[in-house]
Amino acid sequence: MIGDTLSRIGRVGIFLVRVLRHAGVVFTEPRAVVHQIYNAGARSLVIIMLCGLFVGMVLGLQGYDLLQRFGSEDALGVAAALGLLKELGPVVTALLFAGRAGTSLTSEIGLMRATDQLTAMEIMAVDPLRKVVAPRLIGGIIAMPLLVAVFNVIGLFGAQLIGVQVMGVDTGAFWSQMQGAVELDDVNEGIVKSFCFGVACSLVAVYEGYHAQPTAAGVGLATTRTVVISSVLTLLIDYILTAAFLGR
Amino acid sequence: MPEEPAVAASKEAVVRVRGLHYGFGSRKIFDGVDLEAARGRVTAVMGPSGTGKTTLLRLITGQVAPAAGSVEVFGREVTTLDTAGVYSLRRRMGMLFQNGALLTDLSVFENVAFPVRAHARLPERVLRQLVLTKLHAVGLRGAAELMPSELSGGMARRVALARAIVMDPDLLIYDEPFVGLDPVSMGVIVRLIRDLNDALGITSIVVSHDVRELASIAHHSYLLSGGKVVAHGTPAELDASPLPIVRQFMSGESDGPVPFHYPAGDYHADLLGDGKERPRS
Repeated sequence: MIGDTLSRIGRVGIFLVRVLRHAGVVFTEPRAVVHQIYNAGARSLVIIMLCGLFVGMVLGLQGYDLLQRFGSEDALGVAAALGLLKELGPVVTALLFAGRAGTSLTSEIGLMRATDQLTAMEIMAVDPLRKVVAPRLIGGIIAMPLLVAVFNVIGLFGAQLIGVQVMGVDTGAFWSQMQGAVELDDVNEGIVKSFCFGVACSLVAVYEGYHAQPTAAGVGLATTRTVVISSVLTLLIDYILTAAFLGR
Repeated sequence: MPEEPAVAASKEAVVRVRGLHYGFGSRKIFDGVDLEAARGRVTAVMGPSGTGKTTLLRLITGQVAPAAGSVEVFGREVTTLDTAGVYSLRRRMGMLFQNGALLTDLSVFENVAFPVRAHARLPERVLRQLVLTKLHAVGLRGAAELMPSELSGGMARRVALARAIVMDPDLLIYDEPFVGLDPVSMGVIVRLIRDLNDALGITSIVVSHDVRELASIAHHSYLLSGGKVVAHGTPAELDASPLPIVRQFMSGESDGPVPFHYPAGDYHADLLGDGKERPRS
């Protein structure tokens, strides 16, 4: 079991190195990378914005309920901002990314494998790692922090909507306390996390698709594995990074 | 026609396979296969389903490595080449896949242009002329702007053929090119294979089990069965062969050396048993 896991991690690592050897596609084929940023990022915007709004609204409600017990409801802006920037933004976005863009990447590459499109490229002396996998991996990595940023902005709007507009927290206190308490390190923590989640989720998605069994059941299984592994990996990496940042 | 598996005598073999052994786990696919594809000729590889015809193409194109034996293409030993070497060899090959394997997110024009864009920097005007010429050769110039999802099976196969010849390969490999085609489309593909071979001087290897179609275009045929070449020769020689397995295959008999039934235990015991234990042969 442990041996299998280690061997699998090794294979994924080698795969990552093989793909990153083609990282030059960012410069040689920028249109392909931009197209993948659009696929993974822009096409996930609606679900990210919708979920960001609801998460922010819940944060506003729960935060207000908790803080008003201590007479500190003015600190709602700080609580919402730190919660979103450091944790909820990157984590929830990564989970949504795995479900929306990750599954799409896996099934697309898996179907290309099942319908011999990847083999056809290899026969045409075109490396599918360069033509198919690298632009999708890099596109996913770039898209994730951008999606997290959008999620955070919409989440803060949702928290403000509930906290200020509905529950009556003072507008000035909400924004000024946030501005005073949130530091650049807090923002950086979220950026680092979103980048790491982007690498993990995109890598899992393209790896599972590339190595999917070339059958309908195989592609289905690979898609399921993408969601499960990406989600677990996101939470595991989140713990490790949080511990690392707090222990600094 | 020789009775024993051998190879067609030719000093100009583009593909030369010697003593090929290959298998999946304990299952042997090839057990000492020898064959050659002569320059400028159409070589057919026939055999019942599951005899490893497609696997043979995978070995020739360097997608998989044999357990033992030699696979020589253009005088280079494929089994010893690294990835770059295999890719440089493949630039001289074209392959038509069973299902066409068109890139589904690209138009017909872009599918044919794909290998050219990947390997050459041609001005767009020249590229357009080249692609349209190849599409015209397969009769689909008018379909250049269609997407693969808008094509019939026969049209997709012809677009894939245009893509396979766009780099003017020396060797063209066809994997079951007639599967699932209506008689008209099949006739078109048959004609194209032979016409392209003759007009462009390409060496062709066609893997199929459509005996009649192959007989009309192949210069030399190999019949694979049980992991070996059981017969080879011109289509006429195979037709005249007295070997039972050749007779069965050429005349399409349902039973013979290639049995109708998959190996199983006693029929009565199987039917009258309690269903818990299935006897195996």
